[in-house]
Amino acid sequence: MKAENLKYVSVKDLSIGYQDETIVSGISFELHQGEAIALIGTNGSGKSTLLKTIVQLLKPLSGHISVFGQPPGANPKRIAYLSQFHKSGFILPLRALDVVRMGRFPKLGLVGRHGKEDDEIVNLSMQRMGIEKLAGIPLHFLSGGQQQRTYLAQVLAHRADLLVLDEPTTGLDAGGRELYLKAIYDELSRGTSVVLATHDIQDEASLCHNVMLLARRVVAYGPPHDVITPEALLETFGIVITGEKRRLSVIETHHGHNGTDHSVS
Amino acid sequence: MQILIEPFVENAFMVQALIAGILVSVACALAGTFVIMRGLSFIGDALAHGVLPGIALAVLLGFPGMLGAAVGAALMIGGITAITARSRLSADAAIGLLFVGMLSLGVVIVSRTSSFSGDLTRILFGEILGIQWPTIFMQLVATAIILAITLVCVRPFQLLSFDPEQAQVAGFSTRLYHNIMLFMIAATVIISFQTVGTLLVFGLLIAPAAAGAMIARQIKSMIIWAVIFGVISMYAGLLISYYLDLATGASIILVTVAIFFIVFIIQNIRTRHIVSSRPLNTSRTGKRL
Repeated sequence: MKAENLKYVSVKDLSIGYQDETIVSGISFELHQGEAIALIGTNGSGKSTLLKTIVQLLKPLSGHISVFGQPPGANPKRIAYLSQFHKSGFILPLRALDVVRMGRFPKLGLVGRHGKEDDEIVNLSMQRMGIEKLAGIPLHFLSGGQQQRTYLAQVLAHRADLLVLDEPTTGLDAGGRELYLKAIYDELSRGTSVVLATHDIQDEASLCHNVMLLARRVVAYGPPHDVITPEALLETFGIVITGEKRRLSVIETHHGHNGTDHSVS
Repeated sequence: MQILIEPFVENAFMVQALIAGILVSVACALAGTFVIMRGLSFIGDALAHGVLPGIALAVLLGFPGMLGAAVGAALMIGGITAITARSRLSADAAIGLLFVGMLSLGVVIVSRTSSFSGDLTRILFGEILGIQWPTIFMQLVATAIILAITLVCVRPFQLLSFDPEQAQVAGFSTRLYHNIMLFMIAATVIISFQTVGTLLVFGLLIAPAAAGAMIARQIKSMIIWAVIFGVISMYAGLLISYYLDLATGASIILVTVAIFFIVFIIQNIRTRHIVSSRPLNTSRTGKRL
């Protein structure tokens, strides 16, 4: 059990945002090996900003953050990142297979040879997302959901120690979601840690050890069954629909780009 | 068959033009592929025009044109980088102004020379039929360097084209590889302008690669298609201008642009056909999407 104490991400009193705008401050959490944390909140609540800070696309405004005990960005080979938006790829001459192969680039570097083992990892990753039959199809011929599966397969092909996923289930159908949840479960069992941003307060969040509710501040943080309460969700999203069997769901709304408004309209 | 070969057998300048044309086509295919993939067409255009004042100054002072072009390109890259980093205005507006400014500056400088219109025409429209061996040698060296850069940097270039954030997270500095790519585009423009001129070199950079992008499924095949289209344009353009006594640079660019539009039309018809008959979205993974 010693391995479980390995701190992969450590955040203390962190302020995140852009040069002239603080999005969230006072964030503190620790993520250990094999653990997952879900960030939940509306668009503009600070989820993506936190993920980008973890992968060093944004600099922290103040406070402390370390990834694998070092400043963010020091270990690109150990981190796989799925961004929220992808270019449509309409002019990129890339097949689904080429996109997944890019997942091996951090480990191979500039001129490292893509060998048999890499091929096996790539094929396996495509199988895990159910897209092995689409390997030869150009990216721009794939539907939105198929593209998202391809991007997820690319993330799996990293064989990273830390997965940072921004709304990974966007556009996935039921089958895709199932494969994705299974893949995350397997990654966690393998000892990988996961930070993900999601709107899914049922399946995806309950797979995680901790949940952080964000609304341009940390509304709540802790294990899912403690944190996901109607009151906290009301504060986070502004609206909660409770149904049979106490299943909670929220309606995602789009706010202004700077995210200053988090009431539901 | 005779008419296809004869001009090259009988005239040494035609052979030199063809060799220069092939080298330039390879360089343009490599640089053009990433210009298209990264959507840098506008910067490519700006660079092509930005080299003009440098060349003009070199001609005025009696230096080699390529040296002047290199200085002009370096200034242009500096200008573009500063604009992109600082301007809150749309970058293409500022870059557009920078490039007409450079174009005007070039014309103003050339107007100080004794043979104003002759020099200007040569710079703007090229002089592929007057290319000498030392220039061809420079083109060979530069094309080899551009090929080497492509081979070494193809992974970061691919990531950068796919998603710059992904490249950065994967440990490939976005800024470094973007600058290497700009350098590669500039080098291509510098060795190419003598064939078709600064005004038309953009066509050579973009059209073959863009036609390749429409056909190819992989980067490698896109580059190969771009080389094929570029070489065909050079050869056909030279022949047409030889027999019909037309401006050579413009004939080459007309062929390359014609190839682009032919591929464009064929691909559009094919895509329409594929979309109406392709069972792709009924594959078991995509059923409900």
